[in-house]
Amino acid sequence: MNLLKLLDTMCPDTNSSEEKDMFFSRREAFRQFGDLSKKVAMAAVPLGVLTALPKVAKADTESLIGVLNYALTLEHLEYRYYQMGVESGVIDGADLNIFTKIRDHELAHVNFLTEVIGNVLGGMPVAEPEFDFTAGGNFSPFMDYPTFLALAQAFEDTGVRAYKGQAGNVMESDVVLTAALSIHSVEARHASMVRRLRTKKGQDTVKGWITNASIGSLPAATQAIYAGEDNVTHGGVDVTSLTGIDAAAVSEGWDEPLNKDQVLGIASLFLA
Amino acid sequence: MKNELIKPKGLVTNTNRRNFLKFGTMSVAGAGLLLMGCNDDEDMMPPTMNEGVKLGSGDIGILNYAYALEQLEAAFYATVMTGGYFANASAEEKTIMGDLEKHERAHREFFKAALGEAAIADLEVDFSSIDFNDRASVLGAAKTFEDLGVAAYNGAGQFIENVDYLLIAGKIVSVEARHAAAIRDLINPGSDDFAGDDLIDSNGLERTLNFTEVLTAASTYVTTPIDFSQLPTS
Repeated sequence: MNLLKLLDTMCPDTNSSEEKDMFFSRREAFRQFGDLSKKVAMAAVPLGVLTALPKVAKADTESLIGVLNYALTLEHLEYRYYQMGVESGVIDGADLNIFTKIRDHELAHVNFLTEVIGNVLGGMPVAEPEFDFTAGGNFSPFMDYPTFLALAQAFEDTGVRAYKGQAGNVMESDVVLTAALSIHSVEARHASMVRRLRTKKGQDTVKGWITNASIGSLPAATQAIYAGEDNVTHGGVDVTSLTGIDAAAVSEGWDEPLNKDQVLGIASLFLA
Repeated sequence: MKNELIKPKGLVTNTNRRNFLKFGTMSVAGAGLLLMGCNDDEDMMPPTMNEGVKLGSGDIGILNYAYALEQLEAAFYATVMTGGYFANASAEEKTIMGDLEKHERAHREFFKAALGEAAIADLEVDFSSIDFNDRASVLGAAKTFEDLGVAAYNGAGQFIENVDYLLIAGKIVSVEARHAAAIRDLINPGSDDFAGDDLIDSNGLERTLNFTEVLTAASTYVTTPIDFSQLPTS
């Protein structure tokens, strides 16, 4: 769960007492870091604290930085999309407060992840990529409001699935896991709102939650975003058989993860 | 083989945890057996006290914690369906309430099956503070339950040891967040309340609540005493 537990699962594969001593002293260093991380808020983690950690920590730090840079890439995409949407004037005036709020959250996520990667973990935050939200001329999201809404739904549902797919990869760090979960649920709130807004506008009949693996009225290019969402088996239990509740409702009750390759495949449609 | 002697105990424990999940592909009939492999001393499973329930320790304790919250939510929506608010609700709100009732019931039954013999008993609820004929009262309570559920899962995630349980909790928490946003939009339509500043800080992070905060909030609606003293603290 935390870094200490991770170290506990490692084993000095050696008979050298010197190396074993080193292992256990490293573990002790982690124990102290673990206590520290419980006491200080994320933002208050002293700069460079991780550089003081023993070498064995570096591999895990590198892995965390990798996951967070992946998340940052998606947050850049979302922020730029909403920022351009708000600036373009395509959004109905009555809905501007909704998308301004979402834009503000995505910007906050960009800034937060940049700060954690750079100043807390001592890594190099990815630069914002060049985006092409027309996906090679296929969409006109900043000229056509229904298209803007459709892509917003696609990005939010992808974001939820992307964060979920990384939970296991950051679970060694309680602080990073909690932060990731706290972003994840915000993305889910956005997704729910955008989906329901599209239905209110008569663009679709989707609900705030994902029914089966349905793309609704979204373009076929979005099918990869919903692949596997129709799963009804969790922890080895087929919940439909267990409860007698219809598969559509059970599929709505659990969101599914996407792995990094799946997400980058989706996002790459919008890279310039 | 020599190395076995110096393996930290945690490694052995975790290996067992991983192995037992391979048995997790059995169907409903065997669902109650899902957690049987967790018999290391961290994951004791004490189902009941004389009066009240004991959540237990380790991952079992956290799953029981989630099960308790899902019991509360499921009981709430089941009652909503029988009240005057639902009978007179708009088509959209009827659909939403009907969906939420099914989702929460499915969550509850899933945890019950997954926990098997380690599951806590059924909780007794007290919804006397909610007027099920009144829209504002019902939606206000729904908002409380859904926001609480999200903050509870987000706060508990760091204590889950088994990566598969973490993923399952993650699959559920985003649905609770979808619910919460929809309920908030029913209360304040078209506003930015679906992801309000009362919940989301300047870093764009949603609030988390700890076990004590969540169970204190829930105790308004649950009469069964809940002993959560064995839940993990680090």
